[in-house]
Amino acid sequence: MSDWRVKYKSTVKDPGTPGILKIREGMLLFVPNNPNSDSKLKVLTPNIKSQKYTKEGSNKPPWLNLTNKQGRSHIFEFENYQDMHSCRGFITKALAKCEEEPKKPAVSTSAEQASIADLKRRFEVLRENSELQRLHKEFVETKVLTEDEFWATRKKLLGKDSIRKSKQQLGLKSMMVSGIKPSTDGRTNRVTFNLTSEIIFQIFAEKPAVRQAFINYVPSKMTEKDFWTKYFRAEYLYSTKNTAVAAAEAAEDEELAVFLKPDEILAQEARQKIRRVDPTLDMEADQGDDYTHLMDHGIQRDGTMDVVEPQSGQFRRSLLQDLNRHAAVVLEGRNIDVDSEDTKMVAEALAQVKQVSKADGETTKDANQERLARMSRVAEMEDLQAPQNFPLAPLSIKDPREYFESQQGNVVNEPRRSGTLKRNVHEAYGLLKESILEIRTKGLSDPLIKPEVAFEVFSSLTRTISTAKNIIGKNPRESFLNRLPKSTKDEVLHHWTSIQELLKHFWSSYPITTTYLHTKVGKLKDAMSNSYSQLEAMKESVQTELRHQLSLLVRPMQQALDAAFQHYESDLQRRTAKSVRGEANGGVV
Amino acid sequence: MPALFGSLLEKLEDFIARDEELAKEDEHVERIASSLLSGSLSMALCYIQRVFRSGHLHPQPRILCLQGSPDGPEQYVAVMNSIFSAQRLMVPIDSCYIGTQNSAFLQQASYITGGVHHAPKQLDGLFQFLTTIFATDLHTRSFIQLPKPVGVDFRASCFCHKKTIDMGYVCSVCLSIFCEHHKKCSTCGSVFGQSKLDGANASSSVNDRKRKAPDS
Repeated sequence: MSDWRVKYKSTVKDPGTPGILKIREGMLLFVPNNPNSDSKLKVLTPNIKSQKYTKEGSNKPPWLNLTNKQGRSHIFEFENYQDMHSCRGFITKALAKCEEEPKKPAVSTSAEQASIADLKRRFEVLRENSELQRLHKEFVETKVLTEDEFWATRKKLLGKDSIRKSKQQLGLKSMMVSGIKPSTDGRTNRVTFNLTSEIIFQIFAEKPAVRQAFINYVPSKMTEKDFWTKYFRAEYLYSTKNTAVAAAEAAEDEELAVFLKPDEILAQEARQKIRRVDPTLDMEADQGDDYTHLMDHGIQRDGTMDVVEPQSGQFRRSLLQDLNRHAAVVLEGRNIDVDSEDTKMVAEALAQVKQVSKADGETTKDANQERLARMSRVAEMEDLQAPQNFPLAPLSIKDPREYFESQQGNVVNEPRRSGTLKRNVHEAYGLLKESILEIRTKGLSDPLIKPEVAFEVFSSLTRTISTAKNIIGKNPRESFLNRLPKSTKDEVLHHWTSIQELLKHFWSSYPITTTYLHTKVGKLKDAMSNSYSQLEAMKESVQTELRHQLSLLVRPMQQALDAAFQHYESDLQRRTAKSVRGEANGGVV
Repeated sequence: MPALFGSLLEKLEDFIARDEELAKEDEHVERIASSLLSGSLSMALCYIQRVFRSGHLHPQPRILCLQGSPDGPEQYVAVMNSIFSAQRLMVPIDSCYIGTQNSAFLQQASYITGGVHHAPKQLDGLFQFLTTIFATDLHTRSFIQLPKPVGVDFRASCFCHKKTIDMGYVCSVCLSIFCEHHKKCSTCGSVFGQSKLDGANASSSVNDRKRKAPDS
């Protein structure tokens, strides 16, 4: 139904290439009859801008002219009008479908609107931050600011979360593999171990020797099943703690011995690590941790005491070793991306990661260099070192004497009432001498201070203290805000944040270059004058004794708003003057 | 008369006689009209420091300044340094100002160090004021309502002319205070840039510069 025999013409004069026009999902295809022809064509339906066609009854052949958005036109000559009309019907339908579809993306792409994920994040941020929510409600829902304007200044708030989410690495479970206990059926001597890929991963990560053995033996020497059976047999021998049996079995079976022997690869890694330890580390905290000589030391494990005996054979492994190894693996995290059931692949990937990190350790001579540098730095006395050079310009404080000496000179220049002063000095000496003489002859006056005077002093002090308390509150360092009723305090704080938000948007809109900014500034100005009157109303609503202090708080807000209004007015005047001038000029010219 | 008073009076008389001699000696030199607050504070702090270092005993020292002359703005830096040293030593500076104008130095000193400042009005009851307010020791002060200043005069003196100023310029590097705009800080030598405001006025082209609209 949707294929037609047509002739394709790139221009009207083109004689046309015969072929087949097909309508497929979202596109028009023209396949010429001659496969060597290069006039193959593919037109995406959303790209079609318009379609024109010749009328029935006119003496022109049935042409359909499709114009795409780039302005190119494609002309198809149909065999008859019926074909053309049916094709036109398909195209119209397809076009209508296209128009519906892009509507959604069009909304989201226009005006840098956010994706759904973004919206979600915004919603979450709003939910967590009630103050922001209130601002959002006040300004966005009342259409003072658009959603985008509101968030444009808070991109950081949104961005942080997404980064944090994507970078988080998935860790390992902290359960130990050695804790896997076999299940017994109780009747026979058969024990069953359950293996999952997670457990295998852990075994490979914690025991490189097992991993190496797996790579070596499977599948060339034995099947995977045999391998694990052998492994768990070794584990089982461990758990029985019968070193003699273990040694005997290891002697017979060299593959089993691999699992029972101390892990050679691990030991090598450990040696390497020790070489990398900072020799300047202060290990004082470790002193006194040696308790092995105490009776009954050791850790309870599986009901028996796990005692570390230095002479215990090579077939023993302490819980502490297991714990440490496990902890190291957990902290390393899952550093390979292989999430596969294929055990072999997991083993190889892990081995590769190890190789790489080992190579890193060997090649980075810098690390060693740095270690040496640190050693020499710490070994020396800090006090004796030359001051480290910080990239700061030195503060050049001039000779302080300049300050103290210059003060004399400056003072001399000032006119002084020196004559009267000197006389006063002499008078003062005289008065002092007189009073000393008086005390000497008469002694101290008997009541040292007259009761009336003392009373007056006390009452004046009481007055001072009580009035001061009234003015500055009980605690002079306490903020005045805390003395306001809670609703008023909240209101003041909210006004402050909302005014700041408005002002931020207001000032960032200047200079006004587009009508969009012009209307935005107008809206902001209305919202600000609204806040202004709210502030006035709040000032009048509070109790009289708080009013003075409150107005002190409100004044800077109002001043900030006043500055904005003033700028708005002057800018408006300047603009109207300019436009009037422009018109006048236009009239003259 | 108790012997203590006698010796005290004697010392006072001696001091005055010596001071008068000194005053006569340099009569031809212009003297600073204000009291030498910075010097006396430094001496007191030195003395306190010596007591601190001589033994384990902490005597809970405090300093009382009794001042009748106006502030000497030229001592601003020295006085502020003494005040901050006292703050570090946790030595409160109490201050009693006698006179009509209040002293900004003493107000700030008491405010910063947590001491008491008071300017008594009735001078005949000065002794009563001293015993009531300033005699209280540090421990007692937590239980007692002492007069608190309603406001503190925080004005500073400029470094260039030693004038007390309400508003001024502050070096952004060393925080020196000036009463007028300088091209270069006289204390630390930093060169100040042209202020933004002047620049904007000088060239109006800045305002006319086209700005990229957020959307179009």
